[in-house]
Amino acid sequence: MSQQTLLKVKDLSVTFAQGGQRVDAVKQVSFTINPSQMLALVGESGSGKSVTAMSILRLLPYPMASHPSGEIWFGEHNLLNLPDDELRHIRGDDIGIIFQEPMTSLNPLHVIEKQIGETLLLHKGMTGIEARERTLELLELVGIPDPESRLKSYPHQLSGGQKQRVMIAMALANEPKLLIADEPTTALDVTIQKQILELIAELQQKLSMAVLLISHDLGIVRHFAQDVVVMKDGHIVEQGRCDDIFQRPQHDYTRMLLAAEPDGLAPALADNTPVLLEARQMRIGFPLKKTFFGRVKEEFLAVNQIDLQLREGETLGIVGESGSGKTTLGLGLLKLINAGGEWSVHGQAIQDLDQQDFRPLRRHLQIVFQDPYGSLSPRMSVSQIIEEGLLVHAPELSPEQRQQQIVDVLREVDIEPAAKDRYPHEFSGGQRQRIAIARALVLKPELIVLDEPTSALDRSVQKQVIELLRQLQQKFSLAYIFISHDLAVIRAMSHRIIVMQAGEVVEAGPTEDIFNKPQQAYTRKLLSAAFTTQKREMNSPTWFSS
Amino acid sequence: MCGLTLALILKAARDSVKALNPSQWNPINQRRWHNFKKNRRGFYSLWIFLVLFIISLGAELVANSNPLLVKFDDQFYFPVFKAYPETTFGGDFETATEYRDPFVADLINAKGWMLWPLIRYDYRTINYDLPEPAPARPSAENLLGTDDQGRDVVARLIYGFRISVLFGLTLTFFSSIVGVLVGAIQGFYGGKIDLIGQRFLEIWSGLPVLYLLLILSSIVKPNFWWLLGIMLMFSWMSLVDVVRAEFLRCRNFEYVRAARALGLSNGKIMFRHMLPNAMVATLTFMPFILTGAITTLTSLDFLGFGLPPGSPSLGEMIAQGKDNLHAPWLGISAFVVLSVMLTLLVFIGEAFRDAFDPRKQFG
Repeated sequence: MSQQTLLKVKDLSVTFAQGGQRVDAVKQVSFTINPSQMLALVGESGSGKSVTAMSILRLLPYPMASHPSGEIWFGEHNLLNLPDDELRHIRGDDIGIIFQEPMTSLNPLHVIEKQIGETLLLHKGMTGIEARERTLELLELVGIPDPESRLKSYPHQLSGGQKQRVMIAMALANEPKLLIADEPTTALDVTIQKQILELIAELQQKLSMAVLLISHDLGIVRHFAQDVVVMKDGHIVEQGRCDDIFQRPQHDYTRMLLAAEPDGLAPALADNTPVLLEARQMRIGFPLKKTFFGRVKEEFLAVNQIDLQLREGETLGIVGESGSGKTTLGLGLLKLINAGGEWSVHGQAIQDLDQQDFRPLRRHLQIVFQDPYGSLSPRMSVSQIIEEGLLVHAPELSPEQRQQQIVDVLREVDIEPAAKDRYPHEFSGGQRQRIAIARALVLKPELIVLDEPTSALDRSVQKQVIELLRQLQQKFSLAYIFISHDLAVIRAMSHRIIVMQAGEVVEAGPTEDIFNKPQQAYTRKLLSAAFTTQKREMNSPTWFSS
Repeated sequence: MCGLTLALILKAARDSVKALNPSQWNPINQRRWHNFKKNRRGFYSLWIFLVLFIISLGAELVANSNPLLVKFDDQFYFPVFKAYPETTFGGDFETATEYRDPFVADLINAKGWMLWPLIRYDYRTINYDLPEPAPARPSAENLLGTDDQGRDVVARLIYGFRISVLFGLTLTFFSSIVGVLVGAIQGFYGGKIDLIGQRFLEIWSGLPVLYLLLILSSIVKPNFWWLLGIMLMFSWMSLVDVVRAEFLRCRNFEYVRAARALGLSNGKIMFRHMLPNAMVATLTFMPFILTGAITTLTSLDFLGFGLPPGSPSLGEMIAQGKDNLHAPWLGISAFVVLSVMLTLLVFIGEAFRDAFDPRKQFG
């Protein structure tokens, strides 16, 4: 090709060998990146997108990983068989990389100045005043406020977004020609995600560098990338211009991914539906300082004076960024942590019940957690997991009746009942979440608290789980408290929404009102930070005009 | 009561037969067994130790001053299990038969035969027929010689090995139960209970164990169970910290939360959901508690504050070796047995640790 091409990946394959087993993670992948182009690698988890990107810098765990075929041309070098010391010159100098997890990609024992200075020293030989000036310049470039005072900060003194900015500053230190961004915002809140992505796009223009963006989030890709490569099971299923792919997807898989955006609205409820749960002045604090006798001197209020009301068969969405107290509120309502205030189920006050007296009520109030890998006991079979609640709340059932109920509830959540004697690790993430739902459902509850039930799942699986939850709600007239940071999901599920920030309610109201006529500035900010694949405001770089 | 016990024993036996077939295990345990086998040293140590232990469990059949089987007048006698008066075989006395007595032996051999075990001495049989004053040097009759009271060293080593291992196993078993229980309660409830428990542990572990044992064993007449009880008072502490840490970690796991949301009682949550996690740490620790227990028992015996006089004990034999430096076979034999036993146990313990280490990957 012409000298236009910056990076050319040709027939790349990656194989992992472990304990006699061989896994082909990437199969015959080819694509090119031109200077100042932003190319996105898109796919669900396990599609091989990160492995592809890591093999560009040979950051895979060799010799467990190997490349049966392929070439990666960067300029006139084939990166796959470049000697190690030459490759080190390219790493961090010509190609920079940012990782997903800003919390762990910075060394906690070194100050910011030293970490950025290290790459400058290695590749440019800069030291002293010169390096410091360049560091300041970089921090300013990535938009760290008051960079002078941040030079001597340790990573733990920075917020998640600031850490990611520092990571970007490190990657940009030597003005690389190519920046690899591996899910750069997955661990961040939506508002910060927007800032970081805009920063990357802006820097891409300013420094005219190429960016390889790896993401599972089609909304982000649509807004920022020019070209897209869609991967599935290690293959490229489709690649081309961003607009073409989003408007005229050729491959079924791409279509499926695009259709996986949750849609629809919660069905309307009759006006006279009785109230199921009512809470007033909910207050949950974590003690920071105690006196010798255990009296709390100082506390952190995770949930502060929150009122809420939930009718039978209704879904209440709770939205907020991390640290806003939404999960804490959910746990507090179920008395899984200590909470103050007054709340009642069917008019029965429960704030003063102790665990013993509350136990019979637990049957009606269930919870599904975020992490389908952590919420199922790994040493119990599926039927044991589901059976457990029945043993507590319906001890009168005979073993046969219990088994029958387990089979019924597994059918309800679309898990083959024959699989009931298998262990959780034999199931996929989506299936595990169905099992967790079955565990709550078998008790025939009236309210299920859904704590980010879909955020650990791929988009397509997420949609199935949401459909399932919707069906179950209709069938059993369940009430949900749906906790999520994902506005698209919340919108599809909820009748009413509470927006939380720092433990307090910013805004509450019916779903459509919140989305169409947000009253508060914070709500508007939250809404504008959410990217969807449906609409795209502007195409040009002036999109980020702030 | 008896029926219940029997049923329990039968169930345990059935379960253990099932548990002993690796292909029936769940994948985690299969991988552990695989990792254990990969540590060849530990794997062979386990087999050698098991063989030695099983032999010593049947010590009465290997080293005994009574024959295993006597045929006399077309009738079978089992002197190992039952004492027969000498008159049975035509002797003069009503007392239990002394089969080693040449006079009795002649009587029996005239009308039948005797099947002797490998070693014709048990741990307290005194060889009155020594060619030299005790301790006698090794000979064809006493393969490792005799101790200073004319008792066969091999027989005493076999019985001593058995009592040491049994003592160690019992102590490990009980101290694990106490340690896990205390650790579980501290870790599960946290807060004040944990605080008080930790302070108590600090004080309790500050007590000089050996001196206390010496004082206590001079007040009561120590036997196997007394020693076990006294040592149990201190040996449970080593497990508490591990189990407590594990429980503190698990307390906020989502599946523990989920169990609580289902309305399970604290006890059920502790033992069904959290204990399996803590068991890994506990099992890894156990072989080392076992070696510790054996060493303590040996040192007490060596100092003369251990098992009652006359018991077959490795510590007592080492003490004899020290008193009779001119009879090196005493000290050397006891030392070899003790070091082989402890080395085997340490190797097994290391293999155990490998097996339970989730990060360990073997090709």
